[in-house]
Amino acid sequence: MEINELLIWARGPAFHWALAIFVFGMLLRLFEILSLGRKPDLSAARDSGVSGGLRTLFTRSLPRPAIFSREPLRILNGYIMHIGLFVVIFLYRPHIELFGGAWSGLPTGVVDAITAVTILSMFVALLMRFYSPVLRHISTSGDYLAWLITLLPLLTGYLAYNHLLLEYTQMLTYHILSVELLLVLAPFTKLTHLFSFVLSRWYQGYLAGRRGVES
Amino acid sequence: MSKPSVEKGIQFIKAQIDAPVASFFSSCVHCGLCAEACLFYTETEDPKYTPINKVEPMRRIWEQEYTVLGKLKSALGLSKPIDEATFKEWETLVYDGCTLCGRCSVACPLGNDISGMIRKSREGFAAAGYAPPDLIGATQRAMEIGSPMGVKLPAVKAQIRHLEEDTGLKVTIDQQGAEYMVLLSSMEIMNFPEYLEAIARIMRQAGKTWTIASTAFEATNSGIQIGVSDLAKVIVSRIVDAAESLGVKTVISPECGHAYTAVRWEGPNLIGRPYKFEVKHILEILDEFTKAGLIKTEGMEEARLTYHDPCQIARKGGIVEQPRRLLNKVASNFVEMRDAGAMNWCCSGGGGVSANERAEGLKLKAFKRKKTQLDELQVDTLVTACANCRLTLEEGLEENGMDIPVVGLTEMVADHLVEEERGS
Repeated sequence: MEINELLIWARGPAFHWALAIFVFGMLLRLFEILSLGRKPDLSAARDSGVSGGLRTLFTRSLPRPAIFSREPLRILNGYIMHIGLFVVIFLYRPHIELFGGAWSGLPTGVVDAITAVTILSMFVALLMRFYSPVLRHISTSGDYLAWLITLLPLLTGYLAYNHLLLEYTQMLTYHILSVELLLVLAPFTKLTHLFSFVLSRWYQGYLAGRRGVES
Repeated sequence: MSKPSVEKGIQFIKAQIDAPVASFFSSCVHCGLCAEACLFYTETEDPKYTPINKVEPMRRIWEQEYTVLGKLKSALGLSKPIDEATFKEWETLVYDGCTLCGRCSVACPLGNDISGMIRKSREGFAAAGYAPPDLIGATQRAMEIGSPMGVKLPAVKAQIRHLEEDTGLKVTIDQQGAEYMVLLSSMEIMNFPEYLEAIARIMRQAGKTWTIASTAFEATNSGIQIGVSDLAKVIVSRIVDAAESLGVKTVISPECGHAYTAVRWEGPNLIGRPYKFEVKHILEILDEFTKAGLIKTEGMEEARLTYHDPCQIARKGGIVEQPRRLLNKVASNFVEMRDAGAMNWCCSGGGGVSANERAEGLKLKAFKRKKTQLDELQVDTLVTACANCRLTLEEGLEENGMDIPVVGLTEMVADHLVEEERGS
């Protein structure tokens, strides 16, 4: 297959299939969770579970000083990676055009720099996984797979934009294909947390809210 | 009950998995921050104590039973099985290496209630026959004798008699229609009789009627600690039956952390219906009484003192402000430890660990966290509101050659009551 044909395929049918698998997969994962249900809590509530749940959706995005002081680098790196991914995906103008979005985005040069920082943060995360005894103990092959499929779109996007390593069309094709790989596999890795974090924070916050405890 | 078996253990864990548990496992990104919240990890630096690792058997069961991908993996022979070896290896992690303090559940960025899942996992470990012998013994005593430490009613009556002789206070048993029913923990009966006297004096000044139930004086619930809901239900039912037949308005949970969790939060879910009475912790009652002007205190403790927040009362029970308001009424030199309040560190003996002789060495290692907190403060007195914390702290302090008396907050408040006679 010629690279142009591959590009057309990647942009067309492959993208639609990947997106469909992503949506279906994520819905399946959420269904797997929600279909288990939970028993109503019969203890007398001290405070509102709903407001606790809603509050916790936001509070768990903030660092907790007692934990931050023990692992500042890991937590800061986590922020850089997440914010970086958000900027790169949603504030890069060609992406916005693709989404048909109406927001303005950031200058491409800025996004380019942020991409480099995000890639760097991914490697810092990987090194931590290798060298921290706790992370090494709890890491699975799924963690490395999730890391790889997240890195590839970042890396190929960065290389394509900067015309590095391969000819632009070729690198762009690989970039799109790597995004598709990410879309297809994400629901079946820990990247489910992209959506399931809303549920886990909600459930924990609901419990905490009823008890009137901090969460 | 049928004999314990691995199959039963798996079934019991499976039965504990609900939507929240599934959301927690789906969300975990293996960031490892829960380890930094856990005193068993921070004090041993052994990564096996990472909280999320303690629920690995439960995670495998969830994946294999409740996810499409897991079923596919099982069909292809790619899943790690759960067998005798798994239960054996994890038993000490879920019982000896966890006090159910809940710090990891607060630390998790995804909101995963890891300690809640460890509590649920214990149901399976107990059903599989992999639980610490001492907890099994305590639970048996609770079922057969009525108290995990084997305390019987005559012991309570003897304590009441001493109290009545020494102080002239009156304590009733099974008084119909009393406003409050007071629960005790075995440890208070055995080791800290000061508690009952403090209650009697406080209630007299507040002018409240109260009683002790002959069939349900014991508040602790080893069924909860070992993780056998059937037995936990029997134990909590004694309290519910007694309180409802005596017609009390409020049951007062003693200075015992897990008893509060058992009777306040888990109890209604164990018996399958809401109570017809309220449950309050003694600190909530004291706070209410002082606010309403029912009890008045005088004089101040001048010693430099700090307050140890029992996990089940503060982080998991929401009683954080009350002890501080009370302490500020009776102590002039009250200082806070680092991480005080909802993020306080466990005493190292909660969740059944102090009752588990096998875990003694690990517990003393974990106590170093409390030692560090106390070393930073250099206090003369340590105040707390849980008999189990108190005993664990006393032992830890003694082991480390630290001469700091540990006092229960209720008795400290009682010591400062303005002694004016009121009709009782």
